[in-house]
Amino acid sequence: MPEFAPAFAEIFLAVGICVVLITDLFLPQARRDITYILALLCLVGTAWISSGIELDASPTILFSGSFIADPLSQFLKIFAIAIVSVGFVYSRDYLRERGIYRGEYYVLGLFALLGIMVMISAFSLLTMYLGLEMLSLALYAMVAFDRESPIAAEAAMKYFVLGAIASGILLYGMSILYGVTGSLRLDQLATKLMASDPGQWSVLLGLVFILVGVAFKFGAVPFHMWLPDVYQGAPTSVTLFIGTAPKIAAFAMAIRLLVEGLGSEAATWQPILTVLAVLSLAVGNILAIAQTNIKRMLAYSTIAHVGFILLGLVAGNQAGREAALFYTLIYVIMAAGAFGMVILMSRTGFEADRLDDYKGLNARSPWFAGIMLFLMFSLTGVPPFAGFFAKWSILAALVDAGKIWLAAVAVLFSVIGAFYYLRIVRLMYFDQGLDRTAPEAGLDLRILLSLNGLVLLALGLFPDWLLRMCAAVMT
Amino acid sequence: MSLLSTLIWLPICGGVLMLLFGDRTVGGSMWRIDRWIALAVSAATFVIGLLLYSRFDTTTSSMQFVERLPWVSAYKIEYFLGVDGFSAPLILLTAFLTPLVVIAAWDTVKDRPAQYFASFLILEGLLIGVFCSVDALLFYVFWEAMLVPMFIIIGVWGGERRVYATIKFFLYTFLGSVLMLVALIYLYFQADSYSILDFHQLPLSLTEQTLIFLAFLIAFAVKVPMWPVHTWLPDAHVEAPTGGSVILAAVLLKMGGYGFVRFSLPVAPDASQLLAGLMITLSLIAVVYIGFVALVQNDMKKLIAYSSVAHMGFVTLGFFIAWGVIDQTDSVVGISMGITGGMVQMVSHGLISAALFLCVGVLYDRLHSRQISDYGGVINTMPVFAAFMVLFALANVGLPGTSGFVGEFLVILASFKASFWYAFIAATTLILGAAYTLWMVKRTIFGPVANEGVAALYDVNFRETLVLAAIAVFVLGLGLWPAPLIDLMSPTVDNLVAHITQSKL
Repeated sequence: MPEFAPAFAEIFLAVGICVVLITDLFLPQARRDITYILALLCLVGTAWISSGIELDASPTILFSGSFIADPLSQFLKIFAIAIVSVGFVYSRDYLRERGIYRGEYYVLGLFALLGIMVMISAFSLLTMYLGLEMLSLALYAMVAFDRESPIAAEAAMKYFVLGAIASGILLYGMSILYGVTGSLRLDQLATKLMASDPGQWSVLLGLVFILVGVAFKFGAVPFHMWLPDVYQGAPTSVTLFIGTAPKIAAFAMAIRLLVEGLGSEAATWQPILTVLAVLSLAVGNILAIAQTNIKRMLAYSTIAHVGFILLGLVAGNQAGREAALFYTLIYVIMAAGAFGMVILMSRTGFEADRLDDYKGLNARSPWFAGIMLFLMFSLTGVPPFAGFFAKWSILAALVDAGKIWLAAVAVLFSVIGAFYYLRIVRLMYFDQGLDRTAPEAGLDLRILLSLNGLVLLALGLFPDWLLRMCAAVMT
Repeated sequence: MSLLSTLIWLPICGGVLMLLFGDRTVGGSMWRIDRWIALAVSAATFVIGLLLYSRFDTTTSSMQFVERLPWVSAYKIEYFLGVDGFSAPLILLTAFLTPLVVIAAWDTVKDRPAQYFASFLILEGLLIGVFCSVDALLFYVFWEAMLVPMFIIIGVWGGERRVYATIKFFLYTFLGSVLMLVALIYLYFQADSYSILDFHQLPLSLTEQTLIFLAFLIAFAVKVPMWPVHTWLPDAHVEAPTGGSVILAAVLLKMGGYGFVRFSLPVAPDASQLLAGLMITLSLIAVVYIGFVALVQNDMKKLIAYSSVAHMGFVTLGFFIAWGVIDQTDSVVGISMGITGGMVQMVSHGLISAALFLCVGVLYDRLHSRQISDYGGVINTMPVFAAFMVLFALANVGLPGTSGFVGEFLVILASFKASFWYAFIAATTLILGAAYTLWMVKRTIFGPVANEGVAALYDVNFRETLVLAAIAVFVLGLGLWPAPLIDLMSPTVDNLVAHITQSKL
């Protein structure tokens, strides 16, 4: 086995992307399904290699300290690959109906996934930045994927400008930290910061810039401005993509940079993160109430959920990090399902992105109204759905850390949040719609979406194994 | 599978199956299969409930029929079920009323009947789950999950303002219970277990107890509901379909009262003592003020809803009168009288309010109005129905010989031991309750036939008679011979009294 064996998955994916790209060049539009299948095969192969990598008890560090392979990275990668695959399956019909069923979509998606995987395994500031840029550039292009749509172009432009500024700020923060410590490796960074006296203003400066970068990637208030516009403007399949897998990358970024690299400065970044988290909960939940567009509403709901994830890090204990991981995973599953429903409801010339488009869904399709009901109550945090245990684990970590008032604030905001999720249920069940026909979609989308909803119920009834898994990888 | 698990999961599985099966008929509309499944499942659940009753040991206060399995072992959450004297009567009440709700909706629910029946079956399982849970988080899961079917029931099959009512109901109760979750988590870290029995034994400082008591109070006071957080109830009751009102009044409200005896009193006895004055004041306000509010209602359902708030005031009064009794008499007899009275009142109110809502439902199915002014002289066209209605109205007033009397009498008697004025104020309900209930009966049932609508009324059919008669038997039975019910709970009550009279400080 060569020394770089733990990075095989990334290497395979990079090669796979080239193969998909080149194959796609020679395919006529009618044969585009081959690209789709190749992309999925590429994902399956990457997942298989990732899961097959045998890890030592201690984390393996490769490429002169820029790449780490540990149980956390393996777990997150497999999950990210799975969710990207789900996103690909959901979006095929959507793309085809809008005449944007092109190979580039899959190539860009796979590139984004590669960026995510690099971020997950980043062990130096530079690798993190590299992964982030690889992810972001792919996403900018994906948002603008529908050339004909002016709103998508506007969203892409906003995303690009703000994203570029955020990357610049992050890079600046990294350079300051490098200047102070003389190292890019996260472990060396941590030891050097530990040795120096805490609260150095230069470290503080670098830390704040890095926090801005992390908050932007998550979409935490006040760095959330891009999120509603991008979610609304992008084609729904791209919104689905942005709303799911990159959140895992953002979580990995927060863990690697803040906990592993800057853990000794926790006393400094925890209060800042507390403010960001509470603001996210407040702004996300309150502004979501005013929305009439479901994609925009889900964008604000994302901001609120990010507030919860950040609270897990604010708790500052082992339980808090496990809870943040668990919450991220559950949130990603819920977001995939919710945007999947938007895709299911839409058809050519009809985006199904207004809330009113969901009126009377129970009469049209009781089954999918039920699935949406699962998703909405899970997002609200009502048992027996998985969203409840996600919220509960964060609250437990906060109470354990003695931050009971934060737990109380968080639950009160989630009551406000309940209102707009209930509104969807109300529209589906209590109101009569004009449209009487059942939504049409391919069998693959219907089965996978149903599973998506049922998984949330199953994880709500039996959360034990996932909680244990999170605890096992988060050491 | 064990008895309690069967009681919980049989109706839930039945409900889920019905949802999957959808609205189907076999051999024409006579054999709409959904309602037969619903009846079979709910009747089977009731039979299992009777089995539980027959095997219930009335000599012990410890948990019976215990089932204990690890659930989320990472956090020591268990699937821990058990019943004692507080939960058994409420489980029986739930299992008894659900088949009646199904029968009452037999052909009156036209819109999506399968979903209607399925919602009630799932709700039944979840409610029984609330009463069976000995693990606090399991309790919370059932407690919250029950909001989902109730939200759907009110919102889909309710009246004109159903959307407003159901969202208000959901948000009110959700707001009430989230702080309880924080309190439960706090208790977990103190006790290192989610078992409610461990919570009971936990020594806590007075500050901790007070904060925990208040967190619980918000959750339970909203459910009971206590004045001033009762405003969701009239809306929800009025807009809910008949079956929804029945379950809401008969069982859902009891969850709040159950919470007080299961959590607040034993977990935070010293805080309960500290805040008993507040609780008694709120209870008396509910009894008197809400009694007056009920007097001026024009809508029959609203009147019964306010009457529920007033009657539930007796329940909380009975639970919290304990420390007043200790101050005055130094004996524990009065305390157990108050708590027993509160429990009996819960069961009795469950039966009577259910019956009254069913009576209004019978009228509503015929004239599609709940306004008192649209009726008058119903006795002329519906004599059998009028007999039932008058019986339940008298039971609501607390006439001796009906179950309504037993609970109220015990609570007033216990209040007397604490203070003459408590008893005096509480006893005004005998006048107020009589005033609003009997005045309503006078205006709707008696007198000459008011209009053509009433003249065209036809009397209750076999199905409706069956439902009303079934409840009437228990209302009279428990009124004349309440001993079986009191025996069921007396060891548990005594145990609770012994527990709360010992300070945790």
